[in-house]
Parts: sequence; structure tokens; C-alpha cells
Amino acid sequence: MQRELVLALSGSAAFAVRGRAPRAVLVALAALAVFGAMLLIDGKDPLRAYGDTLKYVFGNAYGFSELFVRMTPLLLTAIAVALPSRLGLINVGGEGQLYMGGWLATAGALAFRDLPAWLLLPIMTVLGFVGGALWALFPALMRAAKLVNETISTLLLNYIAPLIVSFFIFGPWRSSDSASYPESAAFVAAARLPSFGGTRIHLGLFYGLACVALYALAMDRTRWGLEMRAIGGNPEASVRLGIPVSRYMIGAMSVAGGIAGIAGMAEVSAIQGRLVAGLSPGYGFMGFLVAWLAGGNAIGIVAMAFLFAVVSSVGDILQITQGVPYAVVNLLMAVVLFIVLGQRSAAGNAR
Amino acid sequence: MSPSFAAAVLTSSILSGTSLLYATLGELVGERAGIVNLGLEGIMLIGASVGFAATALSGDPYLGTAAAAFAGLAANLLFGYVVIARRANQLAAGLTLMFFGIGASALIGRPFIGASINGLSRVDVLGIGSFDTLVWLALPTAALLWWLLFRTRWGLALRAVGEDPAAAFAAGRRPETMQYQALAVGGLLGGVGGAHLSVALTLTWDEGMTAGRGFIAIALVIFAKWNPLWAVAGALVFGGAESLQLELQARGADVSPFVMTMIPYLLTLLVLLFWGWNRRSAAPAGLGRNFFGVE
Repeated sequence: MQRELVLALSGSAAFAVRGRAPRAVLVALAALAVFGAMLLIDGKDPLRAYGDTLKYVFGNAYGFSELFVRMTPLLLTAIAVALPSRLGLINVGGEGQLYMGGWLATAGALAFRDLPAWLLLPIMTVLGFVGGALWALFPALMRAAKLVNETISTLLLNYIAPLIVSFFIFGPWRSSDSASYPESAAFVAAARLPSFGGTRIHLGLFYGLACVALYALAMDRTRWGLEMRAIGGNPEASVRLGIPVSRYMIGAMSVAGGIAGIAGMAEVSAIQGRLVAGLSPGYGFMGFLVAWLAGGNAIGIVAMAFLFAVVSSVGDILQITQGVPYAVVNLLMAVVLFIVLGQRSAAGNAR
Repeated sequence: MSPSFAAAVLTSSILSGTSLLYATLGELVGERAGIVNLGLEGIMLIGASVGFAATALSGDPYLGTAAAAFAGLAANLLFGYVVIARRANQLAAGLTLMFFGIGASALIGRPFIGASINGLSRVDVLGIGSFDTLVWLALPTAALLWWLLFRTRWGLALRAVGEDPAAAFAAGRRPETMQYQALAVGGLLGGVGGAHLSVALTLTWDEGMTAGRGFIAIALVIFAKWNPLWAVAGALVFGGAESLQLELQARGADVSPFVMTMIPYLLTLLVLLFWGWNRRSAAPAGLGRNFFGVE
């Protein structure tokens, strides 16, 4: 029985790799196959586990709504990668930018707690954007000045941002009513992004979708998009054509960082309601993979973000129902990505 | 600065620099063959967890270190298959390897959290000081790697592949084989670097215990101008930053531990800022590009 299951699962994985199925379907199939094999090795029944999961995720409105909750930060962090990638810049710092956005938005929520929601929320959104943008500005300036490569500087800054957050929630912002667990004071009601219909889907989803739409519009319909593609294609020629390459680099990186910062603002404002240390379970890195798998295409980003949301919720539910450790989600994602990465360039479009 | 403080900082910077040196050397070999591996962090995590688990099971830290090296090699070859044979984007595949390492190491290490192990024993050589075997082997490893890269035909071929795979291919080399070999060596060293953290330094396993050392090592490769001997200096400086920070905390300096923890990352950025770009000319010309063969 177990042997047949393994064969069937590996068969479906092989089919997914060879077939010309659309990439989204491929990812889903590969995810199920690989995860099933892991459950089998762990002595669990994958079919029953999937049955439970399907019932939970797709069987009721709340479980389904959680997919959109998870998708929200991924949309934003993916755009934060896709936008500079048009210039050939690699922003791997979404994680740090998200933390700094959440941090500055929290500063706003704590400082202006007496303001009404219609004023406070826009202020926090702007602050979230500014926090992320400033965090991306340094790598952008260093790159434009030809001092430090942006890949390595954005990566390193990912490790500094959570330390700044920790410094504040263990120090000046530490809430007195949570002596055991360090976090900031709870936000006032006016600082909470509204959510809808008894679910946790919040206004951040619209921020995300709006950013995707604006991104698509700017890339396809404006002079900025055209010039950015020119720079990405041939930076040398673009300089000679008089396109302000450095200004584009600084601008695109800052806007990208700001968008990731909004993801951080939405997480603290809508989901957590306060600043906490573990703000993101790697949304910034996942956003990089979402953007990369989607090839920077706007619709692809939405589809891939949704799929990553499905994969991570499936992992979460199995963690609860089957006692699988959370880390398996990372492993699952990685195995799936390896399969997709291997398949992608077989079609001849690497890089 | 009292002499005992200076001695303590020096000793612990050698100790914490060792794991960084192995990892830096591992990344360096791969980059010399033209492959950037952003997944070094994952390789180190796998090395740390496998090393700890194997030591706990067997009771032999040397066996544990060997297991870690082998695990690092295996994981790096998986990455190699994706970027060499399947010609995937190296940056995306590297981040995927990082996720793989985070997940795999958490699974591997989970049953062993809180276990106590026998660490690598410390030996006193010529009265210089008492360090574990991996520390004593670190300098010879760097020297050996330098000799292999710059004084042997194998090293010449490997560097040729890193500069221009097509030309190396035309000269009768096998770029893909060379790259696999480089990644195998790199995985081995990365695994050892991770194992030194858990089996010699902290004697614990903790999820995510490498805390970005893999990325610092990648930056150190640039600082070292892709030269194993310079990597020694770099690793010592960064080991120094880390241990200074730890010593100050241990002595109850009145600075937030979070600010102190930032020091190594900030220092890395500063070093890149002042020495980074002018070293770019030292980089292998084919770094990060895929070789599509001559068809």
C-alpha cells in the first residue's frame, strides 16, 4: 500500500516535471507529491492528511480567507523585488525593509495615538513606506556610487533590521502589561487597518493588489517603464542616450523598499496590533522567489503569491493536525522550488 | 584594555573566526569556478545540525564533523545539479538552498535540542595556545587551497572556467565537471564551518544558530579578493568583531546587546564600502553566468 502510494506520488511529480503544464499547476502538483512522500516517510497517511487539509482550507470560508491574509505581504514583497529587477538590480532585502516599515509605522501609531483613524492610518502607511524606503536607500546609493553591490548589502541589512526592532521592543517601547513577552504596547483601535466580514482579510490586500496594478501600468504604459527596460537591457547604451541611470536606480530601489515597508506596516497594524519580534516568517525571501518564478509578470506575481500562500497554509495545518514541525514548510518550499528551477531552464530561458 | 581582556578577545576571535574561515574558503572555491552560492547559510546550518546530531549519536566529535562535511557536500551538489546541469539562475537557486538548509537543519536537529555532547578536544601545540583540531587545521587548509588554486593544473583549469567557461571548453577543459568539483569542495568546507559552531564552539544546536554568518562569509570573499590567504585575515578581523562584542557583553558593558549584535554586520558593510568596489576587478569574469556549452 505504502509502496504504491510512493510510486503514484513520484509518478505525478515526474509527470509535472516533464509535462508542459502551466507553471502554477506544476508547482502545486510538485508540492503535493513531495510533501506526500515526506508524510509517508514520517509514517503518516498522506491521503487522509490531504483530505483534512482540503476540508480546512477550501471547505470553509474562514480557512479559505486565510489564504488571502498570507498572500498580502507576499504581493508587496514580490513587487519590491520585481521593480528594481527591471533595472537589473537584485533586491534581496525585502525582509529587512518589511521590518523597518513595521517599525516606523509603529512609531507613528504610538506617537499619534489620539488621532482619528482616517488620519492615523494614512500617516502610518506613509511612515511604513518611508521606513522601508530608507532601508533600501542606503544600498541604492552605494550601488549608484559604484561602491557596494546591492545584492550583498541588502542581504546584510536583513540581519540588522530585526535587531533594531528588538532593541525597541525590549527597551523604550516595551509594553508594561506584557512583562513576560517583549512587545510594544497594543495599538489603539484607530491604528488598526480594518478587516472584513469576520475574517482576517484586511485593507493590506488592497494595498497589495493596487501596487501590482500600478506596477503593471507603470511598466507597460509609461515612459518610466520603457526607460527602465532600456537600462535593464543595456545600461551602457542608456547612459549614452541620456537616461539618468543612477537616478532610476535610487528611485526604483527606494520605492521598492517602501512597498516592502507597507507590508510591514500592514502586518503590525492589521494582524499583530503591536510591534513584535517575529514579525515575518521570511516574507521578504519568499517575495523574492515569487517575483522570480513569475518572471516579474504582474499576473504571474498574483498567481504565485496565492500558491505560496496555499503551500504555507497547508504546511501550517499539517503542523497542527499531523504534528509535523513547522520547519518542514521551508523544506517543502525548497524542494518544490528546486524542481521548478530545474524545469524552468530546461525550456531554455534561464536568467 | 587589560592584558587578560586582550588575550580573551584574541582567543575567542580565533575560535569564532575559524568557522567563518572554512565557510569563506568554501564559497571562494565555488566563485573561482564561476558560481555564486547564496545558499552558504543553509549549508552551514546543515553542517551544524548534522555535526551535532552525529556527534550526539556516535559520541565521537570527529565522526560528527566528517558527517557534517559530507552533508554539506551532498547539499551543495544538489544546488550544483540545479545551477550546472539545469542552468537555473544562481541567485534564486542559492536562496532556495538557504530555505532548504533552514528546513532540513531544523528537522535534523529537533530531536537533539538540549542534548549534551563531547566537543572536539583541545590540544596545545608548541605552547601557542589550547585550541581544537579544526582551528589548527584552518591555516593549513587555507594554504593548501591557495596552492591548489594557484600552483596546480587543476587550479588553473578551475580558474579558467570561472573566467570564461567557453574558452576553457575550447581549450579542452570540462567546465561542468570543474564546477561540480569546486562545489563539492565548497560544500565540504561549508559543512565543516557549520560543524565548528555546534561541535567545537557552543556545544549546542539551536535553530538558525549561524545567524547570517553564511552571508558575512560571502562578503568576506570579496574582501579577500578571491584569494584564500587574504580570507584568513578577513576571518580573523570578523571573528574579532564578534568576540569583542561577546566579551563586552560578558563583562556587562552598558550597551544594548542588540546594538552589539549588529557590529559584525555593520563592520561587513563598512569594509565593503571602503574596499569593496575596487576589488571587483579581482572577481572571476564569468561569476554568476551560466555556461550553455558550445552547441
